[in-house]
Amino acid sequence: MKYGVVGGGPAGLYFALLSRKADPSAEVRVVERNAPDATFGWGVVFSEETLGALRDADFESYTQIQDSFARWSAIDIHYAGALIRSRGHVFTGISRRVLLGILQRRCLEVGVELRFDTELHDLAAFDDCDLVVGADGVNGFVRGLSPETFKPALHVHDTKYAWFGTDLPLDAFTFIFRRNEHGLFQVHAYPFDARTSTFIVECPQDAFRRAGLDQAGEAASIAYCERLFEPELRGHRLLSNRSLWVSFATLRSAAWHHDRVVLLGDAAHTAHFSIGSGTKLAMEDAIALVDSLRRHRDLEAALTDYELERQPVVERFQEAALESAAYFEHVSRYEGFAPIQFAFNLLTRSRRITYVNLSVRDPVLTRSVDAFLADGRRPDREPPLVAVPPLFAPFSIRSAHLVNRVAAAMPATEDGVDGLPATPLAPLSASAAASGAGLVLTEMVAVAAEGRIGAGSPGLYRPEHLHAWKEAVAAVHDSSPARIRHQGIDRPLRQGGWTTLAASAVSYTPRGVAPRAMDGDDFTRIKAAFVTAAEMAVECGFDLLALDAGLGYLLAGFLSPLANRRADVYGGSLENRLRFPLEVAAAVRGAWPSDRPMALRLNAADGTVGGVTLDDAVLMAAAFRERGCDLVHPVLGQTTPDGWSDYGRAFGVPAADRVRNEAHVPALASGNITSADEGRRRRPRRPLPPGAIVGKPSARSRAQAIKAAQRRQGEMFDSLHLDVHDILVSDAHVVSLMTLKTSKGGQPAEQKLVQVAHVTDDGKVKELWTLGG
Amino acid sequence: MRVGVGLPTSTANATGELLVEWARRADGGPFNSLGVVDRVAYRNLEPLVALAAAAAVTRRIELLTMVLIGPLRNPTLLAKQLASIEVLAPGRLTVGLGVGARDDDYTVAELDPRRRGARLADQLELLRTVWEAGRVGPRPSSPAGPRILVGGGSGQAFARMARYADGYAHGGGPPRAFASAVSKARAAWTEAGRPGTPLFYGMAYFALGEEAANTGAAYLRHYYAFTGPFAEKVAAANLTSPGSIVDMLRGYEEAGCDQLVLFPTVSELEQLDRLGEVLAGR
Repeated sequence: MKYGVVGGGPAGLYFALLSRKADPSAEVRVVERNAPDATFGWGVVFSEETLGALRDADFESYTQIQDSFARWSAIDIHYAGALIRSRGHVFTGISRRVLLGILQRRCLEVGVELRFDTELHDLAAFDDCDLVVGADGVNGFVRGLSPETFKPALHVHDTKYAWFGTDLPLDAFTFIFRRNEHGLFQVHAYPFDARTSTFIVECPQDAFRRAGLDQAGEAASIAYCERLFEPELRGHRLLSNRSLWVSFATLRSAAWHHDRVVLLGDAAHTAHFSIGSGTKLAMEDAIALVDSLRRHRDLEAALTDYELERQPVVERFQEAALESAAYFEHVSRYEGFAPIQFAFNLLTRSRRITYVNLSVRDPVLTRSVDAFLADGRRPDREPPLVAVPPLFAPFSIRSAHLVNRVAAAMPATEDGVDGLPATPLAPLSASAAASGAGLVLTEMVAVAAEGRIGAGSPGLYRPEHLHAWKEAVAAVHDSSPARIRHQGIDRPLRQGGWTTLAASAVSYTPRGVAPRAMDGDDFTRIKAAFVTAAEMAVECGFDLLALDAGLGYLLAGFLSPLANRRADVYGGSLENRLRFPLEVAAAVRGAWPSDRPMALRLNAADGTVGGVTLDDAVLMAAAFRERGCDLVHPVLGQTTPDGWSDYGRAFGVPAADRVRNEAHVPALASGNITSADEGRRRRPRRPLPPGAIVGKPSARSRAQAIKAAQRRQGEMFDSLHLDVHDILVSDAHVVSLMTLKTSKGGQPAEQKLVQVAHVTDDGKVKELWTLGG
Repeated sequence: MRVGVGLPTSTANATGELLVEWARRADGGPFNSLGVVDRVAYRNLEPLVALAAAAAVTRRIELLTMVLIGPLRNPTLLAKQLASIEVLAPGRLTVGLGVGARDDDYTVAELDPRRRGARLADQLELLRTVWEAGRVGPRPSSPAGPRILVGGGSGQAFARMARYADGYAHGGGPPRAFASAVSKARAAWTEAGRPGTPLFYGMAYFALGEEAANTGAAYLRHYYAFTGPFAEKVAAANLTSPGSIVDMLRGYEEAGCDQLVLFPTVSELEQLDRLGEVLAGR
């Protein structure tokens, strides 16, 4: 076999080394356009997992890498004058120049032919080769030879960044956030040997221009950044290595091989630098390709197998990298956060590290996050020994005290007659409550007969409906501290044999039945129907009322310019389109007791050209907040058949994140959330009352809640284990008997603890004693 | 999880005689359904015609399109054809509908592939109306008409599925890909406020025996040639051993599949028996 390799970076050299080792009879030739000692960039980062793969692939280069790298386990976050250090993240950094040197020497040892200072423009030099490896990076030419097969797609990111070095030896992966008169700048820095660190400065385009960096040369850029980050650099210098300001481009390629040409590393795919995976992915590609060539005699089969193995892995990293890049593009959204909250958000930005991962790596930090959320922002107080994780922290809106932040929906029914469900609702609501959720949501409930989704959909507009819903509410209140909401909807999905109302007579599809455009006294009538339903909801005993302005229903139809074509004061500008939904919100708020919270399901994006965008959703959420909405639940799509919707994991979370952090209203996130870990990205904006644990639970459920929380804590600590022996409950007191097992410096210790909580009638923990120890 | 088998309508050298005998034997075998694929610019038999032939020689087995490219067909005529098959095989028809993956099917049908997703939504809206209204007969044996599945991997496809269909038809792939589609389909279903959960149908290709494996791989490369290098991946995923079929069944079952349909990649009746043996030994 003869292998030709274009590009002498880590991917090309590592492939050459491994393929020659696997088949000593193979001829392997690497052609590199630069000199052997030329290098761009400073250091590269590897995780433990990658090092394991490198060790198995070539032990000798692995030991040499081991001997020359910097290793650290902390991430430092400099933000708002505070320094938060998170531990337990093991990284390895190595100078790119040293890494290339090691690989070049190893290549020569095993008999790879290396040719430097040779620039290629076609593959004529490799005509004799069985396989040509394109390892020529994101700007290489090999990918361009078969664009129809490789189908490369470039996404250029908005921010500008420059890749500096510094003679400041860091002992942690370091993030610095600094706002000056020009904007918000951030630094991603990490050590790669005992003397030097990589120091990447990133900023949004507008800050870049305001700072004059678009006009500045390299020296001026360095001077600007040295001044800006003087406190952290502590007199150290920034070093340049053709450090130009550029925008990162994420490259995806549909295929990575064509005939006898295969792409490796950056030539096939790139992932934003903020998750530091470029070199790692490139070297793993090389390992996989060599393995695959060894397994298959047929070249096409080997290259297909290589792609099948690597593409899903790389796609996962690219997705995480895009999330991470998006976080840094919009990090100013989170500038209102307290340092601990900001740090947690940063560490979990790409969803690769979740709350649970982090609690294993750094139990101390997650404990601080728990304490922060459970205990309000009270730096003067010692964090409680046991605070529940964020998802299980209590949450209050007006007089409603939710024992946790989980909301469960009752299953939908469609067997009703004129809005009265045939299925008894109480077992449905009780089973939703039994899941332990702090908030139980009903399915959509129509405020008028013609507002039902279909003939069997439930409603709340006839006196007979009251009884059905009263039972559903009672079943929840009896069995758990959960809450229930009522929701008003309109605009049917399926034909039910009645004319439906909408902002405009626009049908969902050309053959769909067009609704009648609202006119004349419709406005008063519909508003009155919402108010009547709200009054009935009071009588039913609902704790929270949710107005539905999502998924193409009546109020959502007013908000979307695609469904609302009105020429009067209710159509046109966003202000006009908001008018009727806001009138309804104000009227309902007036009919709904002021101590009970009102929520809103909001159409946050139509996902079609000319439709509602997330930017609109932020403005809309703020407008509803001013009309007394306490909680916004953003939902996406369904206005038109070709509207965007994604339905990927936790697809609604980014919208909830924007509503909460930009419209400053608590948000409910939904959409394919399948594990508690995803829900934890949603955090409340408001401080919580100290010590609020339970609403008005039964003794049993109260005990269960505390027990569950404590059990979770027990799982969470590496060196601290809490066994709940028993829980005793009276009307006013909860007594927990626990064994605390700790280990310090290899010395295990065991301690028996008794916690007594005095719980007031409204569910707050008034006093907490801890005995023993 | 139930297991269905595809009809040999598109494999090399498939004959009408083979199709009829295949259908008859499958009806008496351990299979729950007979599936057909749909293409226009290809050598395959038209799927509804093939199902009509199968309907005539079977008594029990479910007849399934996996999937029919709806926008290629006149919606009212399609509603009538489907109702007719339903009359020939009462209660046995399940219609999977999608937009297809090839522009050339649209070209030869003299249709514009643009906005085909929106056209499918419109068609779905119309099908039930036609079946319920009765002006265009025949009336299907069940008032709601045949079961409808919708396929496709885009967000819009999941939204259409949730709005109009009884279930989801997956286009094939490893169990992990199927599981990811299941979770998206469930999310769309819940968000549309539908009670219960959608039905999930999956599909895979098989060819048992070494010689069949080579012929089968060649067929898949040919059938999927329009996808470029992806064809190799489909060919590599062909299930060619009893073990790989059992693993696939297990993986799909764990991912929540209600019915997995295994499509033949060679035109040999013997394949049906071999597959039956694998299922019997499961």
